[in-house]
Order: sequence, then C-alpha cells, then structure tokens
Amino acid sequence: MKRWLTSSAGIGYLLILPSLVVIFSIIIWPIFYSVYISFHKLYLVRPGEFPFVGLENYIKISRSPVFWAAIGRTFYFTGVSVGVSIILGLGIALVLNQDFKGRAFVRGLIILPWALSSVVNGMMWKWIYDGSYGALNGFLLQLGWIDSYKVWLADPRVAMNFVVMAEIWKETPVGVIFILAFLQTIPSSLYEAAKVDGASPWHRFRYITLPLLKPIILLLIVLKSVWAIRDSFDIVYMITRGGPAESTQVVTFYAYLTTFKFLRFGYGAAISYLITLIILVFAVVYMRLVYTETLYAETI
Amino acid sequence: MRKVEMKITGFLKHLPAYQVLIYTLVVLIFLFTIVPFCWLIISSISIKTELLSVPPHWIPKNPTLRSYKEILFGGTRTTRAARYFKQAVGNSIIVAGSATVLCLVIGSIASYSFTRLRFRGRHSLLLMILATQMIPAVAIIIPIYVVMMTLRLLDTHLGLFITYSSFVLPLMIWIMMGYFQTIPIDIEDAARIDGCSRLGTLVRIVLPLAAPGLAATGIFAFIVAWNEFFLALILTQAAAKTLPVLVSEFSTKFGADYVMMSTGGVLASLPPVILALTFQKYIVKGLTGGAIKG
Repeated sequence: MKRWLTSSAGIGYLLILPSLVVIFSIIIWPIFYSVYISFHKLYLVRPGEFPFVGLENYIKISRSPVFWAAIGRTFYFTGVSVGVSIILGLGIALVLNQDFKGRAFVRGLIILPWALSSVVNGMMWKWIYDGSYGALNGFLLQLGWIDSYKVWLADPRVAMNFVVMAEIWKETPVGVIFILAFLQTIPSSLYEAAKVDGASPWHRFRYITLPLLKPIILLLIVLKSVWAIRDSFDIVYMITRGGPAESTQVVTFYAYLTTFKFLRFGYGAAISYLITLIILVFAVVYMRLVYTETLYAETI
Repeated sequence: MRKVEMKITGFLKHLPAYQVLIYTLVVLIFLFTIVPFCWLIISSISIKTELLSVPPHWIPKNPTLRSYKEILFGGTRTTRAARYFKQAVGNSIIVAGSATVLCLVIGSIASYSFTRLRFRGRHSLLLMILATQMIPAVAIIIPIYVVMMTLRLLDTHLGLFITYSSFVLPLMIWIMMGYFQTIPIDIEDAARIDGCSRLGTLVRIVLPLAAPGLAATGIFAFIVAWNEFFLALILTQAAAKTLPVLVSEFSTKFGADYVMMSTGGVLASLPPVILALTFQKYIVKGLTGGAIKG
C-alpha cells in the first residue's frame, strides 16, 4: 500500500481525487440525475408524487411549437452574435496589431466589456435602449435620424436584434484577445520573406495571416457558441424577460420559466437535457480542435 | 514590376492617409469599447432632471456623488437598499473568495498531476474535465436545486460556494496546466536526486515557482465567480443573495430611478473591471491558455 502511494500513479490519483470528487458530485452526477428526473413527472408544489412517465416529457416537447420556436431563436441569437463578434473581433485585432501611439493602452482597455458581468451589461443596454429617456434615442434624435423617441424593445420584429447587439458588444473583446495573442505567435520572418517577394499587404493577409488564423477562428466559433447559449439566459432575463410576445424567448429562458416559474421540474429537466445534448456536440468538436491544436503547437 | 509594387506599398505606408486611416479606426475602436460603460458612469453621477431631459445632457452640468453616498452609507430614500447592498457585497466576497481559494488548493495539485504524472485513465479524465467546462449551469440546475433543497443548503453561502467551486474548477485546472508546463522538469529531477520526495518537490519547489501563474488563475476565477448570475438567482433567496442578483432587482425595486440603478451597476463592476485592467496580461493568458501556446 505504501509503495503504491509513493509511486507516480498513486500520487497522480491522490492529487486529482479532491477535484474529481467536487466535479463528480456537482456536475457529472447531476447530468445523469437530470435524465432520471426527465423520465418522471415532478411538480414541486405536489411533493411525494413522482410518477414515472417514460418518454412522455420528450414526446410533449417534440410536439411543442413553443419549444421549437425557442430553439430557433437560440440558434439565431447564437449564430448572429458569434458571427458578427468574430468578424468584428478579427477587424479590431488586425488594426490593433499595427503600429500606432498608445497601442498598449488601447489593447489593455479592450478587455473592459469582458470584465462586466452579464447582469450589468444587460442593465446598461436596457437603459441605453430605453424608450423614454434612453441614450440611443437621444443620440439618433440629435443626428436627425428619428423624429421622436421610439420604444425599440416593444417591437417583436426587432427586439431580438437589440438583445443580440448587447451580447456582441460584450463578447467581441474575447475574439480580439484570442486573435491578437495568436497574431503575435506568427513569426515576423514570414512577413519579411513575403515582403521581399513583393507580396502586397492584402496578399500577405490573404495567404499568410488568414490560413494561420483558420484553426483559432474555428476554435472561437465553437467556444463562443457554447458561451452564447450559456449567456443567452442572463441577457434575455435582464433586457426583455423573453418578451415582447415571446419574441426573445430563447430556449435557456424557456427552460427557466418552465422549471422555476411553472414548477414543472420533469418537463424542465427534459428541456435542459436537450440543451446539454446540443452543447455536447460543440464540446466534442472543441476537444478535437484543442487536441490537434496542442499537438500542432508542440511539434513546432 | 515587383520592385515597383514594393516601392508603392512602401510609399503607401508613409503616406499620411494610411496613418489617418489607422488612427481613425483606433479612435472608433476606443469609443466602441468605452462609450457604453462611460454612459453608465455618467448616469450614476448625474442629477435626475438632467438625465431625463430630451435629449439627455451628455456631460452633466452638476455632477454629484450623492447616489454613491446613499447606496454605501444610507440616505433618505435608500436605507434599506443600502443595507441590502452591503450584505450582497459581503455575500459576493465570501462566496467568490472562498470558491477561488478552494479551487486554487485542490485545482493546482490536480493540474500538476495531469501535467507531470503518468497514470492510467489520465487522458480520458482530462477529456472529461474539458467537457464539463462547457456544460452550462442551466442544463443541470434542476438536480442541483433538488439536492440543495434536500440538504437544506438553499440560500446559504455553503451551497453557493460548493456549486461555484465545481463550475470554476475545470477551467482552472486547464489554465494552470499551461503554467506547470513552463516549469523545467530538470529542476524537479534535481530536487528528487537531492532526496526530496515527490510531494515534497511539489510543495517546496514546484508550487512556489508556479505561484505567479496560480495567482493569475485565481484572479481570473474570482472575476468569473463574482460575475456569475444564473446559479445565484436560483439558489439564493435573501440571506445569501449575491451582488449580481441584487443589481438585477434594482431596475424593478427603484422603479424609474435610473441614477440609483446605474450606481449599483458601476459599483458591482468596479472589482472585476479594476482587476481585469490591472492584471490584463494575466487575464489574456488565462483566456487563451490551452488554446494558444505562444
């Protein structure tokens, strides 16, 4: 026993044990318990009743137009916010990679939106969008683009886009930071050589920077999609609470309403489990990317 | 032909137009980054009439810190809010702080183990930790809620502390692996040859060397835990309510008191913003660690 404990493997297990216990009890085990609950009917208002209903919750969900609409909105929210924030982030990173005075200062500041909590971010944008006193209305009025203040968040056709804009503002810095960090790892000799060969700035970007950035952009797409699905709850909760007319009700918010407002825990667990499955698809892609990337970096 | 093109691009670089373009873009990026948050700060130091005029006074004529005073020390309108605010700050510090410390202690040794020790199942366990890092709280909140209810841990520091720890831990293990990899293995070997045991080497040699990295990871974890909202919303009611939950209630609690609301938002953001700007370099390393090994 003592010899095993002093062996490399023994110590290896010993050192990861505390972490494993914590992760297993609060994350891994609940994932399975969640499946178990989702096969039952569980209303917190009626304790003691916990009938097994098999796949009933899942069948109900698959036939629920509200659920599918929420899924659609989630994909819209995720797709647009991730797409725009990555393109914007790439543009900003390329500018900040140039030589200019105050570069370190601006680069340092770029982290600011990331440091704000999603709650403060949501509150801040809700206040900016405000229909009676909001800064957006004041600004547009002064520019002469609108004649009178508009209640932006009351229009079901555009409310979602305003929520997405708030998410884009907060999430862009992460992309900038990733891309900037990666740009610094590209050896300048590559550019020097290309310059000597007469490649124009556009060609250098197109044939050196972009191909090298491709894996990091793929990674960002996966990571940011997962984060966007996760953050969608906070931002919707703060800005619109799913309204107007359910037009911003993303699936994470729908799961919350079902579970903690209508107290249908079984049904809510089934919805949550479907969210987990979507995330797992991204997680598998992420792990493959990280593993190949890490190996790639180690061989250099 | 090539020479001509080189000359042209070389010339373009020194043309003022190129400089003007870059500086214009930098200014735009700068404004994009700070203007929304600046507006929140301005709102918090404005007086109501100036803020609610149409269009608002962008630069307040009579800036005042009254709302800060009221929220922090109590005032005529807000004695209760002030009390709640202080309590929420305390809760946030306790929960985020203790989760950070626990994760640093158990996460660092786990991270070292994954980096340097070879044992069966190492790869699959690491993959599992990587995967759990992506699971959003909303996906597993129901079992957590049911368990916390059964154990009577709802609305307690302990319940929130345990939950936060498990959500921050996978990320921390992953980030810290990057730091342990930078410690030369020769140093460890030398210590072992000198008769140091494996655990002794870890405690006396490796951990002190990795300390700056661990501290950076700790700051990162603290910001994440401090800003967390969803779990706190579900798992707390009154006694253990954290700052983000209180701030989310501000907009309803004070009706149309936008000054008070903005003040709460600014105060809640101060610790993470100050930490992030001060330790910006380390945060960047934390964010990109694992993905980019520069």
